[in-house]
Amino acid sequence: MAPGIFMFSLYVIFPIFQSIGLSFYQWDGLGEKTYIGVENYIELLDDEYFFISLKNNVIWLVLYILAIPAGLFAALFLNQTVRGIRIYKSLFFFPFVISQVVVGLVFSWFYDPSNGLLNVVLEGFGFNPVAILAEEDYATYGIIAAGLWPQTAYCMILYLTGLNSVDPEQIEAGRIDNARGWKMLWYVILPQLKPATFIAVVVTVIGALRSFDLISIMTAGGPWGSSRVLAYYMYEKAFSEYGFRMGYSAAIAVVLLAIMMVYIGLILYRLYRDEKGY
Amino acid sequence: MFPTPIERTKPSTQRLYKIALPISIIIWLLPLLAVALTSIRSGVDINSGNYWGMPTSINFFENYTAVFTDSPLGYYILNSFKITIPTVIGAIVLSSLTGFALGVYRFKLNLLVFFLFVAGNFIPYQILMVPVRDLSLSLGLYNSVWGLVAFHIAFQTGFCTFFMRNFIRALPFELIEAARVEGVSEFKIFWYVVVPLMRPAMAALSVLIFTFIWNDYFWALVLTQGADSMPITAGLNSLNGQWIANQHLVSAGSIIAALPPVLMFFLMQKHFIAGLTLGAVK
Repeated sequence: MAPGIFMFSLYVIFPIFQSIGLSFYQWDGLGEKTYIGVENYIELLDDEYFFISLKNNVIWLVLYILAIPAGLFAALFLNQTVRGIRIYKSLFFFPFVISQVVVGLVFSWFYDPSNGLLNVVLEGFGFNPVAILAEEDYATYGIIAAGLWPQTAYCMILYLTGLNSVDPEQIEAGRIDNARGWKMLWYVILPQLKPATFIAVVVTVIGALRSFDLISIMTAGGPWGSSRVLAYYMYEKAFSEYGFRMGYSAAIAVVLLAIMMVYIGLILYRLYRDEKGY
Repeated sequence: MFPTPIERTKPSTQRLYKIALPISIIIWLLPLLAVALTSIRSGVDINSGNYWGMPTSINFFENYTAVFTDSPLGYYILNSFKITIPTVIGAIVLSSLTGFALGVYRFKLNLLVFFLFVAGNFIPYQILMVPVRDLSLSLGLYNSVWGLVAFHIAFQTGFCTFFMRNFIRALPFELIEAARVEGVSEFKIFWYVVVPLMRPAMAALSVLIFTFIWNDYFWALVLTQGADSMPITAGLNSLNGQWIANQHLVSAGSIIAALPPVLMFFLMQKHFIAGLTLGAVK
């Protein structure tokens, strides 16, 4: 067990504390580190772009959750036993297996203002073309839509597995009691899908807070920083032409970590409760 | 079964469902189909803006060979394999050991260590960026395949340990007890009793980790520079920057990049889904 713990501490646990420590310093990555106390954090409070990123993180979080009901309905739609259904299920799951880089490229072309499919369709209906990724107001939403594509597939597969183990006797009992459609779903099926829902929420929230790849590929944070999230902003501050401000980047990291810790705490609490049940 | 099996519904509903299925799948995969179509177009089509009409000629062979001859794509793919395969092996080996220790022995800090693995696995990994890059620089692993491998093994060990430990907990503990009574050493118990039983878990994890690592883009960006050690994900993005007017080639590259995980998924579907949905049922 020792090597596993050693590697994990070296590359994961220890760097977390290094990041926290670094956030109190000013450092360009090469020269001397200078201790500046909480100045990085004070600067954050005045940084307009930090708040834009934070706001975008919230938008990501809220909209990303839509993948859960969408995945549920896709699962309900596909939970049949007609011929060839396995192929359909696999194909629906496809987007999740593909790299986010490819998803990002695919969707940037999809949104392309001159030749993208979206605008070809829009023009077909007589609308003006929109350059989604070049508009400050739309860029984030455009990226989230791309992110929802694989995430919905993921939630769908979770629910398909969950639906497999729903107790058929309870459904029959529900049918006898005249429960149908929505009522059946709400009162009989969903309570039994609770474990699947829990996992779906966990992975979706983590996915939303980690979002980086799509933003980097599709807009690089633009236009004018309007589609950055915290994870992307800290990367820019540390490693891009705007950056080499390691301490400031670390301060952003600490904020993101703090948000995440609340959530990780909840997950661990739940795990702890389950463990005590043994 | 819920919803009502389609065989038990009205014939009209059944027919509707059978039509709706292929239509919905086409819409769902439309962006991908578009890329596949673009990847066989000729440069002439791309330049004249013919993205959606009939291709004037099918350049399947030309485009896919051009991608390999005109760009370091072949290198990138090789790098991806060089990163992915050692990571899968390393993470599985480490995590079966940690999983075994956490699953079998009851010591005081057991739960704490376990929670540390789980929590570490959930953090937004971007916060590790600056320290991990420094660490790689000081170990001389920056911009090398092994730097990425080392980090990926360490990070994936968190998730794999979680998985392995729960899997081992679900095994019949009596087996281990019985072996102990017989006086079998702990290492032999691990090797001859537990490892054979863990095969399904290992298979599931291998497929999952392969896909995760193959698709990693962030760490490739932070820990590599240039074509020497860049994997396909980062490579594809830099090609996209260079080949602005050559969308057909970038499309072909995308399809190639997507192929290994997709194949993996189709060949090992059962394991893949088993790994992904662990815990989705009680």
